[in-house]
Amino acid sequence: MTTHGVATTEPAWVRRLLIGVALAFLALFLFVPLAAVFFEALKKGLGVYLAAISEPDALSAIKLTLIAAAISVPLNLVFGVAAAWSITKFDFRGKNLLLTLIDLPFSVSPVIAGLIFVLVFGLQGWLGEWLRDHDLKIIFALPGIVLATIFITFPFVARELIPLMQAQGIEQEEAARVLGAGGWQTFFRVTLPNVKWALLYGVILCNARAMGEFGAVSVVSGHIRGQTNTMPLHIEILYNEYQFAAAFAVASLLAGLALVTLAIKFFVERRGGVGGPAAADGVGQR
Amino acid sequence: MFLSRALLKRHSVLPGFDLALGFTLFYVALIVLVPLSAAFLKTFTMTWPAFWSAVTAPRVLASYRLTFGASFAAAAVNAVFGLIVCWVLVRYEFPGRRFVDALVDLPFALPTAVAGIALTALYADNGWIGQWLPFKVSFTPLGVFMALTFIGLPFVVRTLQPVLQDLHKETEEAAATLGASRWQTFTRVIFPVVTPALVTGFALAFARALGEYGSVIFIAGNLPLISEITPLIIITKLEQYDYAGATAIAVVMLVASFAMLLAINGLQAWTRSRQGR
Repeated sequence: MTTHGVATTEPAWVRRLLIGVALAFLALFLFVPLAAVFFEALKKGLGVYLAAISEPDALSAIKLTLIAAAISVPLNLVFGVAAAWSITKFDFRGKNLLLTLIDLPFSVSPVIAGLIFVLVFGLQGWLGEWLRDHDLKIIFALPGIVLATIFITFPFVARELIPLMQAQGIEQEEAARVLGAGGWQTFFRVTLPNVKWALLYGVILCNARAMGEFGAVSVVSGHIRGQTNTMPLHIEILYNEYQFAAAFAVASLLAGLALVTLAIKFFVERRGGVGGPAAADGVGQR
Repeated sequence: MFLSRALLKRHSVLPGFDLALGFTLFYVALIVLVPLSAAFLKTFTMTWPAFWSAVTAPRVLASYRLTFGASFAAAAVNAVFGLIVCWVLVRYEFPGRRFVDALVDLPFALPTAVAGIALTALYADNGWIGQWLPFKVSFTPLGVFMALTFIGLPFVVRTLQPVLQDLHKETEEAAATLGASRWQTFTRVIFPVVTPALVTGFALAFARALGEYGSVIFIAGNLPLISEITPLIIITKLEQYDYAGATAIAVVMLVASFAMLLAINGLQAWTRSRQGR
């Protein structure tokens, strides 16, 4: 033991004990479940695995998940940028109220998120009869799945951008304007390069959540096999039919997506894009 | 033009306020406000006795007890172990620390259904962990608690981390110089500073657990009165086309969530004031 720093650290046995307790806790709740997904997926061999992820129902679930994410993520990206621009670059009345409203979907249960769209667009809902008369299907079809996904992933991009853009202030944009840059020029040449890593992480996290959403989509999808089943719903059906290897095979694709998401976060944080002082609020981390 | 005249507190040389805020408000209204108000308006079509009997049926009351109780227990366990994990990640060097740090966010990124089936497989009677335990975890309230602990794990760690990183070593050195033992320094100097963040992390984990559905339903077994969570009751009522009953329970949960949101906003303000920001 060196004498330097002895007063502000713990004895070696305490350090080892705490590291042991922390790693044991994380192993029990994180590492072992993650490993179990891949183990169970491959338990019956690579043939079963490949068959499970290439059968028609699985492929249609993958396709639907990709389509739903491809619609909802760009919409939330545009919203996130617009919200962050107005909130961080301008001083206006009602800003705190707007911030709370943006956070709201985080605190609403996914099941309730699905329910509210059923109440608006379902057959007994506000627009139900009008939609039926015009032969439009929202609930138990793609639009409902997209709406529920948008609701659940609504705050991610905005919440990643707002703390960073707040910390960066508006001096650079003002300088660009004074030097004669147009509005869009200022945004694309000055603002966007400053926030690109946080934006990337926000989009990636939004995408991971969009592809993995279960509760909200479960309420609005109607579970029509081969038609309105997303990947998480397909996993549920396979699991309830005791096709465990197949369920875990599809699950392993989503677990892989989660790992890629974490890897990108790791990379982005090393670039110093996110995790600035404003991130101490605990925002943007959900 | 209307928005900038009505809301802007001072003129800005930057453009795009009307477009950006206009789109933001339109989108928030369309996606969040209008659908959420549908839930509250739906309950107004019910009589008060009908509403009351829907939200206080014995099966529903049992689900509140389970949902709130298991969420509280899971958040409490996360507060204790989250503090230890965070302390270890911030203060100590050990092989694989950065890797472990990155993986803490796994519950944010892993779809809840995937977490649900993985935990169920582990804690089933013949699972990796379940076969060694003398008691049942899968299909009991204990299983609900395990799933909610998984879901809430990152909140405490990620809320505490910046606060622990910013802690000044000088104050600890001063305490040591004045004769405090390491334990005294921790309980009297460090702990009071991190308490607001710890409580905030606890509240975030608790709020998230209240509404959780995907990771719980596989491991819970969903036995009425025993291991049935409130979000599942909402789903069951929807499947029986009892929209009013489902919405009544949803409104009770929404009110609880909004109360938590307000409490968390207050706690975050407290955290910032403690840190002197």
